[in-house]
Amino acid sequence: MRRVALAAALAVLATLPLWLTSTYYVNITSQILFYAIFALAINVLAGYAGLVSLGHAGLFGIAGYAAAKILTGGHAHAAGIAGALAITLVASAAFAVLALRGTGLGFVMITVALGQIVWGVAYRWISLTNGDNGINISGRPSPLGLSLATPAGFYWATLVVFLLAVASMWVFVGSPFGASVRGTRDQARRMNALGYHVWMIRFLAFLFSGFWSGVAGVLYLYYNQFVSPQAVALTASAEALLMVIAGGTGTLLGPIVGAGLVVVVKNVASAYIERWNFVLGAIFVAIVVFMPEGLVPGFLRLVRRS
Amino acid sequence: MALWFVLAVNSITLGGLLFLLSAGFSLIFGLMRIPNLTHGSFFMLGAYLATSLIAHGFGFWPAAVVAGLLVAAFGGLVERFILRRLAGAELAQVLVTLGLSFMIADVCLMVWTGDPIRIDTPPGLRGATAIGGLGFPTYRLAVSVVAVVFAAALWALLDRTRLGAMIRAGVDDAPMARVVGIHVSRLFTVVFCLGAWLAAFAGVIGGPILSVYPGLDGEMLPLALVVVILGGSGSLLGSLVGSFVVGFLYNFGQAMFPELAYVVLFLPMLLVLVVRPQGLFGRPAV
Repeated sequence: MRRVALAAALAVLATLPLWLTSTYYVNITSQILFYAIFALAINVLAGYAGLVSLGHAGLFGIAGYAAAKILTGGHAHAAGIAGALAITLVASAAFAVLALRGTGLGFVMITVALGQIVWGVAYRWISLTNGDNGINISGRPSPLGLSLATPAGFYWATLVVFLLAVASMWVFVGSPFGASVRGTRDQARRMNALGYHVWMIRFLAFLFSGFWSGVAGVLYLYYNQFVSPQAVALTASAEALLMVIAGGTGTLLGPIVGAGLVVVVKNVASAYIERWNFVLGAIFVAIVVFMPEGLVPGFLRLVRRS
Repeated sequence: MALWFVLAVNSITLGGLLFLLSAGFSLIFGLMRIPNLTHGSFFMLGAYLATSLIAHGFGFWPAAVVAGLLVAAFGGLVERFILRRLAGAELAQVLVTLGLSFMIADVCLMVWTGDPIRIDTPPGLRGATAIGGLGFPTYRLAVSVVAVVFAAALWALLDRTRLGAMIRAGVDDAPMARVVGIHVSRLFTVVFCLGAWLAAFAGVIGGPILSVYPGLDGEMLPLALVVVILGGSGSLLGSLVGSFVVGFLYNFGQAMFPELAYVVLFLPMLLVLVVRPQGLFGRPAV
């Protein structure tokens, strides 16, 4: 039953641009996919490690800005992507060293502050980041001769990266490392007593999360061919966290469903009303107050009961 | 030389405003364990409400007090009807405050539009005052004096009154305070309202210096966070010292490295985190 559902979902995703003729909807699906990668990355920390980060848009944005700087410097796409991911990993390590000085609410506060530092650099250090005007890049790469310039081409490339991300998450959750990460979330002291290096486990989980945030950031840059301080604002971190929480933390499917929900609501809501931030805030409050476990676990519970 | 004096006065003024903002933030965090992410919104909302009150014929100071009371009442409702429902779920409480801050920001944008609004300096405090041959802007001096008065009043409240003793007991050990018969949940409401009032009041008296504009909330909140991480949560002295450190760094940083002022601000925070994670005046977590 599960295998059939999975195969059906894959078939629908793989053939989507063939039967969905409107490029608008293909583009929205691409957005859902790269935001889902970002949400899955945040879920590694928020869901499995119990460390809620409100500064992940900083890592997402560092990847976008780094790739944009390298590309506008006249380098090849491969160099841009590799460089951006390397820089994001270094930044993730720095974030982790500082943020892991606290756990729980301390961690939340430090990540907010770190995210704001990145925002401050993006917004104010005009000679590096071009400030509020952001950085434009021209052109998307063509790996293996397949051009990503069309919405369908970009969609397929994003889908491949998305499937890799899901596969890596699936391996992560089932691995001994994934189990030890969950152990540090539930019983940090016992894990310590059992001889696990709790700090190192959290640090590695942070790097894993940072890496996929960076991948999502690079896809975001190529999708928009533009990056601006908006990508690293606190709102962006909160939006991504909302995806995780809305869908259900600590599940594989939850962040993907959450990303779909937020991207669709955002696009639909902003077509009809100007007040997207109000809607975002209201959804946030409503989900936390009325469905704290998220949509996917909440829905599963309803199904099981009936 | 004169430039340094001006910068120093500006730093002290900003430090005073930050103290009013972060004292409440720090108390709320110390007592309720909630980093209240609506605190910047309270600051902005207070300033916006005051602009409307002043437009309806209120004087500056009455407007500051009344705007503070309105925001405090709103904060009380939030605490009583939303945060209390989520008691114990600290993460959920943080996320709710974040969601509320987005809603408040959007409502402010809708009501007061996106244009910056300047609050006029109250009459009598305009111009400059000469001290020792140097001219200082009178209003900025007044803000510093107000901050000092509030610091003294808050210290007296916390250190010399029964209510203050109860709050300190709640910060130190909330379950034990409950056992000895202190209504800790009632203290939550009192402290939350007080914090909201202080933030809104700071927003109003900061108005003639900073103006009010969309995004002000997002600019002030990280400053309050840095102050509390620097000074340690729940410590009034920590807020005071942290506020002035941040005030000086911000103004001098802006003068010396205009592009990096915002980053310079966070450096001492990073240093403190590495060397003394509980903050300069905080006590280590048990």
